[in-house]
Amino acid sequence: MPVYSQKVMEHFMNPRNVGEIENADGIGEEGNPVCGDMMTFYIKVKDGRLEDVKYKTFGCGAAIAVSSMVSEIAKGKTLDEALKITPSFVAAELEGLPKNKFHCSNLGAQALHKAIEDYLNKQKAGGK
Amino acid sequence: MRKVYLDNNSTTPLLPEVRDAMVPYLGEYFGNPSCLHEWGDPPREALEKARAQVAGLIGAAPEEIIFTASGTEANNFAVKGIAMANQKKGRHIVVSAIEHFSVLNSAKTLEKMGYTYSVVAVDKYGVIDPEKVRKAIRDDTSLISIMHANSEVGTLEPIKEIAKITKEKGIIFHTDAVATAGTIPVNVKELGVDALSLAGNMFYGPKGAGALWLRKGVRITPLLDGGIQEGGRRAGTENVPGIVGLGVAAEIAKAETSTRNEHLTKLRERLIRELPARIDRVVVTGHPEDRLPGHASFCVEFVEGESMLMLLSTKGIAVTSGSACTSRALLASHVLLAMGLPHEIAQGSLLFGLGISNTIEDVDYVLAELPPIVDRLRQMSPLYSKFLKSKGG
Repeated sequence: MPVYSQKVMEHFMNPRNVGEIENADGIGEEGNPVCGDMMTFYIKVKDGRLEDVKYKTFGCGAAIAVSSMVSEIAKGKTLDEALKITPSFVAAELEGLPKNKFHCSNLGAQALHKAIEDYLNKQKAGGK
Repeated sequence: MRKVYLDNNSTTPLLPEVRDAMVPYLGEYFGNPSCLHEWGDPPREALEKARAQVAGLIGAAPEEIIFTASGTEANNFAVKGIAMANQKKGRHIVVSAIEHFSVLNSAKTLEKMGYTYSVVAVDKYGVIDPEKVRKAIRDDTSLISIMHANSEVGTLEPIKEIAKITKEKGIIFHTDAVATAGTIPVNVKELGVDALSLAGNMFYGPKGAGALWLRKGVRITPLLDGGIQEGGRRAGTENVPGIVGLGVAAEIAKAETSTRNEHLTKLRERLIRELPARIDRVVVTGHPEDRLPGHASFCVEFVEGESMLMLLSTKGIAVTSGSACTSRALLASHVLLAMGLPHEIAQGSLLFGLGISNTIEDVDYVLAELPPIVDRLRQMSPLYSKFLKSKGG
């Protein structure tokens, strides 16, 4: 078994907030199957806050745990707060990730940021 | 919880009779086989007995067996040692795209020393076309190294046909038989090769003991300099207990090959037939028939190997995968990619290495436990939702 922390294992075994959001306000995709991990995040925004965060993830145990943790951290946060979530913070919340997995699997924060950017771009386009 | 070990391609358990044979050489017969006093006698005799047992397994002469610490060492020794000793003939070698890293990386090391090498491609089943080997041969080719079977996809290679070509061209031919020696009948004369690697832990012997068979008359440069153990070709005090175990494992393997394989083939066939019947979009990797008896390998689409492996592990099932995430280098299996499988499919690789103590109930347990695991991971896979959407139109 890969050397994962208890927290990673717990999130891997019981991932939170898995799924898609119908008519999501923003969608962000990060990674690709070549490197082995791919995540799609869906967000619902209300009054400048992430009312709902869901995701789908293809990847290893770390990738699934990262997605789950990001969704948990991000839910209820303002967009600004959510944009400040870093991969290092996610890894720390998971009580660490194996060194060689840090970059390839820790894509949750980026995918979430892309979903927020997607939302902001749509807002801009809609405002014109 | 039920425990089902299905990773016999990584290593096999030690047979109790092999372990029993080794024990005296970890105790009273601790002597150094090179010593002339009486402490040296039992280990020296044991070494020679093991040499005859290993030679017997592959139809060779005992004096042609060089003991090594592993299959990896035997492969390194063959590729580098033969290339170095025969560089007057030329500094070009030929390998296949699906060789073990102990062969591929040895070729890369030789390249840094000024040699060149050619890589022969494989087809979608991982089979090497002998005619492609012929085309790769140059005037300065001094060595060809092609495996007897690939342990990741189980495919058996046409070694006899390749040997006809190498003989005709007068080129030394090494085969990595780590996956086959002790598993299926291997006879060096019938194969027609000049050098062959094997490892004891692949057929219920101990780790730390392997061998290189080198046909008499083939020149090789030692990798390890030192004393004159192994006829001066492999220095270092011999791993006597390990070699004794290798010898006994070889003798038992030879006697039991056909009964073992009848059993293993039954289990393999059930797995290869039933898994794709119970899980949608599963690809069998490797050759459907010309494959190792206990070897079943698949790619499960839309999911990644490590996460499957981890969930199987929670059910007590031990398997392995060629996905990028499971490799320490985080690269997808070079074997699956060489067979033309796209990355996203290679990531879903699962390897089952059946062993002699597995039962049909073990196979049925896997057939019951794997489908819900795949289903669970697919429910959270963005690739699967894309697939469903494209299917739905």
